[in-house]
Amino acid sequence: MDKLLSIDLAKKIFYGSILLSSFIFLILSTHTLLTLSKLEHHKNLTPQVVLGKRVWEKYHCVGCHTLLGEGSYYAPELSNVYQRRGEVFIKHWIKSMPINLPNRRKMPQLYLTDEELEALIAFLKWTSEINTSNWPPNLQG
Amino acid sequence: MQYLSQAVAKPYFIAAIVIFVVQIVFGLIAGLQYIIGNFLLVVLPFNITRVIHIDLLIIWLLFGFMGSAYYIVPDEAKRELHDIKLAIILFWILVVTTVLMVASYLFFSYATLNNLTGNNWFPTMGREFIGQPIFIKLGIMVVIAGFVYNIGMTIWKSQKTIINLALFIGFASSIIFYLFSLYSSDNVVIEKYFNAWVIHLWFECSWELIMVAILAFIMQKLTGSCNHEKMEKWLYIIMAIIVMSGIIGTGHRYFWIGAPSYWQWIGSIFSVLEPLPFFILTVMVFNMIHYRCNSHTNKAATLWVVGTVVVTFLGAGVLGFIHALAPINYYTHGTQITAAHSHLSFYGAYVMLVLSMISYAMPILQSKIYANSTHSQIWEMWSFWLMTASMVFIALFLMAAGILQVYLQRASETPLPFLVIQEKIYLFYWLRELAGFIFLIGLIIYIVNFFVEEKNSDQ
Repeated sequence: MDKLLSIDLAKKIFYGSILLSSFIFLILSTHTLLTLSKLEHHKNLTPQVVLGKRVWEKYHCVGCHTLLGEGSYYAPELSNVYQRRGEVFIKHWIKSMPINLPNRRKMPQLYLTDEELEALIAFLKWTSEINTSNWPPNLQG
Repeated sequence: MQYLSQAVAKPYFIAAIVIFVVQIVFGLIAGLQYIIGNFLLVVLPFNITRVIHIDLLIIWLLFGFMGSAYYIVPDEAKRELHDIKLAIILFWILVVTTVLMVASYLFFSYATLNNLTGNNWFPTMGREFIGQPIFIKLGIMVVIAGFVYNIGMTIWKSQKTIINLALFIGFASSIIFYLFSLYSSDNVVIEKYFNAWVIHLWFECSWELIMVAILAFIMQKLTGSCNHEKMEKWLYIIMAIIVMSGIIGTGHRYFWIGAPSYWQWIGSIFSVLEPLPFFILTVMVFNMIHYRCNSHTNKAATLWVVGTVVVTFLGAGVLGFIHALAPINYYTHGTQITAAHSHLSFYGAYVMLVLSMISYAMPILQSKIYANSTHSQIWEMWSFWLMTASMVFIALFLMAAGILQVYLQRASETPLPFLVIQEKIYLFYWLRELAGFIFLIGLIIYIVNFFVEEKNSDQ
């Protein structure tokens, strides 16, 4: 090993690894981004969906929930909540928070305006239609 | 301590440990909120507890890394730090940023903070791990950039050793990646794609290079430099694999976010490489200890270093790679298994690393020459075992909770709703909380050992 590998060679392997992996990763990323931006789904981003995303961020939903599996594991996955519960249920649910059951984890009342609520639901609907290779495994998220 | 400017490390270490304690307290609160839904609900909703727990972790580790680098860089470069004053100014900027961050989380609701910090015009909040208000991000950015400049100038005019190079590349790349925390897109898929460049590339590439550099430095000091050339060679190989598996392994963040499905193959294959550098590192550390040419009196620091590599290999390496294989990740993604893995890997790779460095450097910074007294080292070893064992148990309990969750929610014939399942696995959350308290006790022993002058330090 000592003879096979000189310090100089080891150094070259390290810098080569940086260059090679960055190169491969950037090529794949370019391909991914081109693919994503050409999707029909990307073109369906209405102003309402975009506003919904801002609502999602403003009220820190990701502080308790996950979206596409990323976020906190305190409350249910929401990328497929649109299919799980449906529009009417979600609207009613968010409006009736918090539920007064002792010691149950609570969701706060967010006092969303009707416009914000509609937009949030449009965002959740859009998100539920992302092609995620069938993730999550079932409706329960 | 050979160079006066190395003393800059001391305030950084103290800040790191103070913030660490606060982080653990918030972790314990979050753990209770997992089980008792009403606990502190009005003053501290769960999302705030958690965001403080995580943001403080990142910040105290940054304090710890920068402190370590301020200690290491002059020693390796054989000259004083380029600008001591800058290091002190940056220290206070980061302290103020941290205090402002916690205060703003505590005193404003998240939505108010969103409005106050102009997030409606330049949205960067409300996302996982990098949802800090813009002024916090800018503060962190200024501090890391100034720091990179400072150590860069010190290294520039010196003989560039591998340890200094690794530190520099690690920190300089982390500032480039951090720029992507400012990126936002109307398309949540594309936004997640780039956010992974911060989250993943920090923890699984840049920070790992920093980790390797700090470990190598401590090992060199503890065992003597007789194996230096061999070590250097292996370090390059370790870092080459880290970079390769780290950069392309970013793919394991892209399995289910709507990116093309080839990422499932690429992410899985390159994640298999992830335990390899940790394995080589573990073998290297054991070898360096076995063939040492210098018997250092700081046995506690040696224990910390050995613990770091072993727990990193198991928590970040093995557990991480199993969790990052697409067919397994399909079931475990975003469950308590993720939480188990992140607790053990952060503790092993980064928390233990900073504690190792403090264990090695703090006695010297307190001018006790080489090490604390034997008596004090025995206490420190107790703190090592208490913290490490309880963190292993935290990971095991979360694993158990996670396996049940995956089964009941995703694998069984009749999947149950999320909250119904949570109530069935409270036992494991209680056990986790208990382990958390023992962890805190271990941490307190560690601190008492270092920061309180002992009566018999002259033994």
